Amino acid sequence: MTLVASRPVTLADNPWVRFGLRRAARLVVSVWVLVTAAFLMIHVLPGDPVRAALGPTAPLALIEQRREALGFNDPLWLQYLHYLGNLVTGDLGVSMTSGLPVSEVISARLGSTVEMALLAFAVAVVVSVPLGTLMTVLARHGGRRGGDWFLTSAGVVVATIPEFLMAVGLVFVFSVQLGWFPVAGRSGPDSYVLPVLSLAIGPAFILARIVRVELLAVMQTDYIRTARAKRLRATAVYLRHALPNALTATLTIGGLLLGALVAGTVLIENIFAWPGLGGTIVQSILAKDYPTVQGVVLVYGIGVLLINLVVDLALALLDPRSAIRES
Amino acid sequence: MAAPLGNVPDDLTPASPDKSPDASTPTSLNTPDPLDTVAPLDTVAPLNKPALLNAPASPDAPPRARAGRRWTGALHSPLGITAAVLLLAVVVLAIVAPLIWQDRADAVNSTAILQGPSSAHLVGTDLLGRDIFARVLVATRLSVGLALLATAIGVTAGLLLGTAPVLLASSTGHWIGRWVSRWISAFINIAVAFPSLLLALFFAVIFGVGARGAVLAIGFATAPGFARLTQTMAAGISSRDFIAAARVAGIGRLRILVRHVLPNIAEPLVVSATMALGSALLSFASLSFLGLGVQAPSYDWGRLLGEGLAQIYVHPAGALAAGVAVVLAAMAFNLSGEAVARAIGVRTPHTSKQTRNKRTRTNERTRTTPGLDRLPAEHPDTEDTNQPLLAVDNLRVAFPTAAGEVTPVRGVSLTMRPGEAIGIVGESGSGKSLTALAIAQLIERPGHAQADRLEFLGTDLRDDARSRGGEQLRAGGGLSASERRRMLGTSLAMVFQDPMTSLNPTHRVGRQLAEVVREHQRADRRTAWRRAVDRLAAVRIPDAERRAKQLPHEFSGGMRQRAMIGMGVMANPKLIIADEPTTALDVTVQRQVLQLLANIRAAEDVGLLFISHDVTVVGQVCDRVLVMYAGRVVEDLPTGALLHDARHPYTRALVAAVPDMTTDRDAPLAVIPGRPPDPHDLPAGCPYATRCPLATEQCRREDPPLAWYGGGRRVACWHADLAPAAVPDNRATAVPDNRTTELDHGSTAVPDDEPAASLGGER
Repeated sequence: MTLVASRPVTLADNPWVRFGLRRAARLVVSVWVLVTAAFLMIHVLPGDPVRAALGPTAPLALIEQRREALGFNDPLWLQYLHYLGNLVTGDLGVSMTSGLPVSEVISARLGSTVEMALLAFAVAVVVSVPLGTLMTVLARHGGRRGGDWFLTSAGVVVATIPEFLMAVGLVFVFSVQLGWFPVAGRSGPDSYVLPVLSLAIGPAFILARIVRVELLAVMQTDYIRTARAKRLRATAVYLRHALPNALTATLTIGGLLLGALVAGTVLIENIFAWPGLGGTIVQSILAKDYPTVQGVVLVYGIGVLLINLVVDLALALLDPRSAIRES
Repeated sequence: MAAPLGNVPDDLTPASPDKSPDASTPTSLNTPDPLDTVAPLDTVAPLNKPALLNAPASPDAPPRARAGRRWTGALHSPLGITAAVLLLAVVVLAIVAPLIWQDRADAVNSTAILQGPSSAHLVGTDLLGRDIFARVLVATRLSVGLALLATAIGVTAGLLLGTAPVLLASSTGHWIGRWVSRWISAFINIAVAFPSLLLALFFAVIFGVGARGAVLAIGFATAPGFARLTQTMAAGISSRDFIAAARVAGIGRLRILVRHVLPNIAEPLVVSATMALGSALLSFASLSFLGLGVQAPSYDWGRLLGEGLAQIYVHPAGALAAGVAVVLAAMAFNLSGEAVARAIGVRTPHTSKQTRNKRTRTNERTRTTPGLDRLPAEHPDTEDTNQPLLAVDNLRVAFPTAAGEVTPVRGVSLTMRPGEAIGIVGESGSGKSLTALAIAQLIERPGHAQADRLEFLGTDLRDDARSRGGEQLRAGGGLSASERRRMLGTSLAMVFQDPMTSLNPTHRVGRQLAEVVREHQRADRRTAWRRAVDRLAAVRIPDAERRAKQLPHEFSGGMRQRAMIGMGVMANPKLIIADEPTTALDVTVQRQVLQLLANIRAAEDVGLLFISHDVTVVGQVCDRVLVMYAGRVVEDLPTGALLHDARHPYTRALVAAVPDMTTDRDAPLAVIPGRPPDPHDLPAGCPYATRCPLATEQCRREDPPLAWYGGGRRVACWHADLAPAAVPDNRATAVPDNRTTELDHGSTAVPDDEPAASLGGER
């Protein structure tokens, strides 16, 4: 019938497998770029990082000894290979200031950063979806447009305020004036409230706005008209038919926000003296503790890449056509 | 045409237009667009394009003109004025504040350390007794200046990176160029994945702590996002015709980029740069706040904020003043960008999605004419003793627009017996689809439907009473709102025009069907699923069990439409409203769907309200035809009378416009000259008068009411008594006689096991 001989169907023909492979390949390339950037970061620095770390008064002999110990006298490609080799074994080097292995410093502090970021993201999502839906309902059912207008405008203003200013404002109101929450530190559950809120409020309003815009668009579609023609309850039309379709875009933006939220933790941790990686990176930058900076940059970078991967996978599950089309 | 369905094709371009110098304008019943394909030589009905159909400005015209005026247009909105005032304040402060308040800001006063707000110090003093308000004002110059510098670096780097792929990538380019451009794109893609603050921290390590390092760091952190934007827009412009023309003309790539591409994307880029400036300001504040930016003794807002935070218990005003300054300045830039973007119509991430919601059904809008006659719904002679399936009296649908309310449906009345099939035909914009939606109570805000009577199975469907506030008082016919919902959900089925979009793309087809009985008959999951599979099989979906588990995109168009019909017959429908159910399908599939509807009707005694622009299809499926024109029913007649005994000249013209097997293919297609009335300017008299060969002075003066004409027919024409033969032929071709049989046969239900082709009426 056809001249083309039919090939046996292999695993590689499965669109899901191909999608997975593509994503995995992209992750590997991104991680490689990240690792290389982190390695080169120290070597494109103007001046000698060891001298910078030890200070201008350090004796030359000590500097030379340190350089030798850190392998700085090797050719660049050899240092790169060593660096990659050490990474594979989980060796991130030794902090120039504390003398502790960087991997130990990171593992001691990573948890509280992840905890804060995830909590804030959860709060943002939990607040934004109902809020955005409420705004849509208000916008669509005449007579109550004022409510939608108010929430939309308030959202625009609140979303403009960066998280660290939000934190300052919250600390002023709730710690200084009202004395409800501690001003800094991580102790009991109440110490979580202000840091998490500072991080979550902006993204919550941005997400709510996306939910509203997407939901309004979805409510105009033919299949929503079909759902209404089936005389489903309004809640079923919104929750079962409209929201899942509106959440695809929301999730994409949400993923980007989660990435930005990770960056925001750096500031928030410094404001609230939170024992996480954000404090570590700023202190080590100021102290010129480059192995630690390298390690923390890697951890943040890989965190962002993983978030993007999860968003891509979730999108593929929600909207299989996009994944299959791409592969 | 091989299949003699007599369908009016969308594209009515005559086979040989050059042979017909006298051709009158062809009129498709559905699409106005083909008008542009044949020059209208007939001057009897000059071709006036209504304002609604204005062609958009040539998309390939470089949109550079009028830029200046559009930019200043930003000032005409409250948003623009706010932004302009804020921006002006920031710029003026940046220039004059250090000149005026520098001394005051640096004056150390050990007797006034950490004082609260007072008349001497508006927001108090800092650790060295310096006036904080003055310091915040003076810091404007450094904060804004550094942000400007960083943005300039970022925009320049972004432009270079973003245009490089466009410059280098070309089918004729050298492989090294393609290779480099691919790597640049890949690099941009990876870089934009990282939040800019993380990038800024990364670069801050490289460039060192301090103001210079922070400027470079924020600049390079801005670059990838800007590069991506430039790349996307430049790629979009590069595929346009005028760029292709320039390329053909042999203009070099760099020259094309500088002369043609960049000017056309300049506006959105400037808008984005303005917004990037706001972000840079915030980023700088962050870095300085962390101690990585501006170093003492210099100070910017971030540094003041950091110093203030340390004293927040003692003296909170210090931190707040700097914070407010940062937010106001950032807002000045962001709002300016947003205001200009709105004024020049650039889509920013904030505005682009919203325009999608403004899709309106412009085509369906017509203007209301006041003083319409009330139209009798019941036949005066044969009062139907049985309860009608559907009774509609004086149905109106209105939409508010900027130019006042328009009424696309202006008093439609009809009565339907159980099991009857009624067709509604008319051109696009005649209001037929809105009539269907209004009957089903599916008109959405801001549109609204009103009727003197709207009863289905004896239940009043009008929700006026409820929406006026008496929510719980009554919902027609003694049914509560939820009972009425259930009644409609089980007894009234809708089939819509476009099966590709009418099913929810994220739900399995079977689940969407099952939902009907789950919702209204409280069926359990398994029962509902079995019913759904059964119904899918009933609408002849092969392998229904497997198909039910699929998503809509795995179905073909015809299968989806059958699934929609299957959804309609999940419960026990008494009426199916089908709104152009076959328009989006190809001819063979059309036939299957029509046959299916006819079968269901015959088997279950279901009423069918069939909306179509296709007079032949309606003739095959329906017992009775309502012809709509400009929002009103102009004729109501039995299908049998359609061909030779139509009373309204518009009906006759519709029938005559249908080509068939015997139509002389060398002759121009039959058309109705002219166009429907401009919806914004309905004439005083009969809306059809301008296109009507019978029109007299009376027609142009008075709108004829829809009057009973004997034999259960209604017609709205002052000249309905003129015999068809007496009507001057305004068509290019005559209706051949053998069409009679086709329509007569077609009007009966199609037998179940007839081959599909028989539906066309070749017998």
